[in-house]
Amino acid sequence: MLKLILRRLAQMVLIMAVSSLLLFAIFDTPEFKKRLAVQELGGFAVSALTEDSYQSWLAKRGLDVPFHERYVNWVGNILTGDFGFSFEKNRPVGPLLADRLVNTGILAFFVFALMIPLSLVLGVLAGMKEGSVQDRTISFVSVFTTSIPEIASAILLTVIFALGLGWLPVKSAMIGGFSFRELVLPVLTLVIYDFGYVARMTRASMAEVMTSQYIRTAILKGIPYRRVVMKHALRNALIAPFTLIVLQLNWLLSGVVVVEVFFEYDGFGKLLLEAALFPDVEVVQACTLVAVAVAVVSQIISDIGYTFLNPRIRFA
Amino acid sequence: MAVTELDAGPSFLDRLSRPKPLIVLAVLMWIPLTVYVMFGDRLDGYADTVLLPAIPATLVLYILGVRAFRESWVAVLGLSLVFFWLLMAVTAPYLPLMDPNKPIAPFTTPFSEKRDVFFWLGTDFKGRDMLSRVIWGCQRVIVWGVSATMVAYVVGALFGLVSGYLSGWWDEIISFFANVLLSFPVMVLFIVILNYLGPSGFNIVVAVTFASAPAIMRIVRGLALDIKTRDYVFAAQTRGEHPLYIMIVELLPNVRGPIIVDACLRLGYTTVAITTLTFLGLGLQPPDPDWGLMIRESAKTAMLWKFSYMLLVPALAVSSLILGFNLMADGLREMSLRD
Repeated sequence: MLKLILRRLAQMVLIMAVSSLLLFAIFDTPEFKKRLAVQELGGFAVSALTEDSYQSWLAKRGLDVPFHERYVNWVGNILTGDFGFSFEKNRPVGPLLADRLVNTGILAFFVFALMIPLSLVLGVLAGMKEGSVQDRTISFVSVFTTSIPEIASAILLTVIFALGLGWLPVKSAMIGGFSFRELVLPVLTLVIYDFGYVARMTRASMAEVMTSQYIRTAILKGIPYRRVVMKHALRNALIAPFTLIVLQLNWLLSGVVVVEVFFEYDGFGKLLLEAALFPDVEVVQACTLVAVAVAVVSQIISDIGYTFLNPRIRFA
Repeated sequence: MAVTELDAGPSFLDRLSRPKPLIVLAVLMWIPLTVYVMFGDRLDGYADTVLLPAIPATLVLYILGVRAFRESWVAVLGLSLVFFWLLMAVTAPYLPLMDPNKPIAPFTTPFSEKRDVFFWLGTDFKGRDMLSRVIWGCQRVIVWGVSATMVAYVVGALFGLVSGYLSGWWDEIISFFANVLLSFPVMVLFIVILNYLGPSGFNIVVAVTFASAPAIMRIVRGLALDIKTRDYVFAAQTRGEHPLYIMIVELLPNVRGPIIVDACLRLGYTTVAITTLTFLGLGLQPPDPDWGLMIRESAKTAMLWKFSYMLLVPALAVSSLILGFNLMADGLREMSLRD
C-alpha cells in the first residue's frame, strides 16, 4: 500500500514537472512573445514592432535571460507561493486565483452534494433489475440528459426559469454579495450534464454484482430482496462509482469554464478564459498548473481509494 | 425453382452494404462536403456543383444504415437525427433559403412576416434569417467535428498500435506523454492550445487531436496488447513481415469493433467542444453562421423572454445532433453485446 502511494506520488511529481515545462515552453516562442510585446506596448501589429523596442521590452520584462534560468526561477517562485503578476487585473496572481478557486469550490460543493445521491440512487435502481422497464427508462433519461451539452442546458434553464417564469436571476455575478438564488442555475446545469454518466456507470457496476454467485445464493437462501440489495450488493457495487466520482473533479474543472462564462460567475473557469483571451500569460500558466495539480491529485486519491475499498486488491 | 431463386445471390442493397461500396459512398458524401466547407471560397463558379454527388450518396448511406441497425430502434433514431443534419449540410446550397449573412429585419419573432418575407424561426439581432443560419451552421459544425475526430483517431491509433505492439521503451515513452496530456482538464487544454495557436478551424483540429488522441491511444493499446498474442500475429511474425505491416494489416482491422462505438461517442464530445469553444470566442470566427457563434452573439443581445428563440434554436440543434451520436453509440453497443 505504502509502495503504491509512493510510486503514484513520484509519478505525480514527474507529470507536474513535464507539464509545467511544456506550459512554460509554448508561451516562450518568439512569435508569442512578439504578440505579447505588441499588446503591452500598445502597438497595432507584429509587423510594426521594431527590433529595438522588442529588445528593450524583453529586457524590461526580464525575458532576455536564457530559457533554463527563467524556468528554474519561475518554478522556484511558484513553489514559494509567488505566481506572478496579472497584467490585466493589476493584481498578484496568487490571491486572485485563490479568490476564484474558493468561488468555484462553492459551486463544486453544491454540484457534488446534488449529483452524488441522485446518480447513485438512479444507478442502483436501474442496475437492480437489468432490462426491466425501470432500467430502460432510467438509462434512456441518462443518455438524454448527457446528450444536452452544458451550453444548451444552461440556455434551456435560463429561458425557462429566469426569462420565462422569472423565479431566478439570469446572471450569477454575485454583485450584491453571495446569494443562493444565483447559484441554482449554474449548479443545475452542471448536475444535469454529469449525473447521467455516473448513473450509467453505477448501473453497470450494480448489474454486474447482481449477476454474481453470492447474490444468487443470498436470494435462494430466502433473504428478503430488499436486504440482499441493501446489505449484500450495494457495498460491492459502489466501489467503481466511488473512484469515478473523484475523477469527476477533473471533468468539473473543464465543465465550469462554459457555465461560469455563461452565467458570469466569478470563478476559476472565467478567470482562465479571460486571461487566455487577453492574453495574460502568467494567469493562464498559474490556472493551468492548478488545474493539472487538482486533476493529478484526484486521480491518485481515486486510485488509492479503489485499492483501499476493494479487499481483493488490498490484500493481494 | 426455389433453389435457383435463392442462388440469385444477395440483393442490390446487400451488395452495397459490403465494405468497398460503403467506403466509396462515404467518400462521395464526405469529400465534397469537406471541400465545400474548408475551401469553398476558392471554388468560384464550381461551388454550387461540388455538393451534387453528395446528396444521393447521403440518402443511400442512410437507407443502408437503417437496414443495418433495424434491430435497435434506439440506433435508428440516433442515425436518423445524425443523417437529418448531414442531409441539411449537403443540401443547404440548393434549398430555397435566404442568404444567411444578409441582414433583413432585426428581431422578427418566429412564424411572422416582416418586409414581405415570412420567417419560420424569426431573425436574429442583425435581422438575419434564423432558419437559414441554423441549416448553414450545421455544415461547419459537422465538417470540423468529424475531421477533428478523424485526425485524432489516426494519430491515436498509430501511437496506440506502436506502443501496444512494440512495447518496451516505445510504450513507456508514449504512455507517459499520454498521461501528461490526460492530466490536463480537457477544456483547459483546449484553451491553452487555442490561446497559443489562435482561433481557427484548423487549430481546433490540432487542439482536439491533442485532447482526444491520448484516450484513443490507451484504448487501441489495450486492444493491441490483447490481440498480439493471437496465432495469426505469430504466423505473420514467422513469415518475417515488417512490424509496420503487422500493425496495419493484422492488428488494425481487428481492433475496429470496440473503436466504432467509442468513435460515435467521441464525435459527440468533439461537437460539444467545437460549439463550446466557438461560444467562448476561441473557435470558428464570424461572420459565417455556426451554432456556437449564434449562441455567442445572441447571449449578448437577446436575454429576454420575447427573444429567447435566438438562443433556443441553436441550443436545440446542437443537442439533437449530439443526442443522435450518443443514441447511435448506445444502439451499436447493445447490438454488439447481443451477438
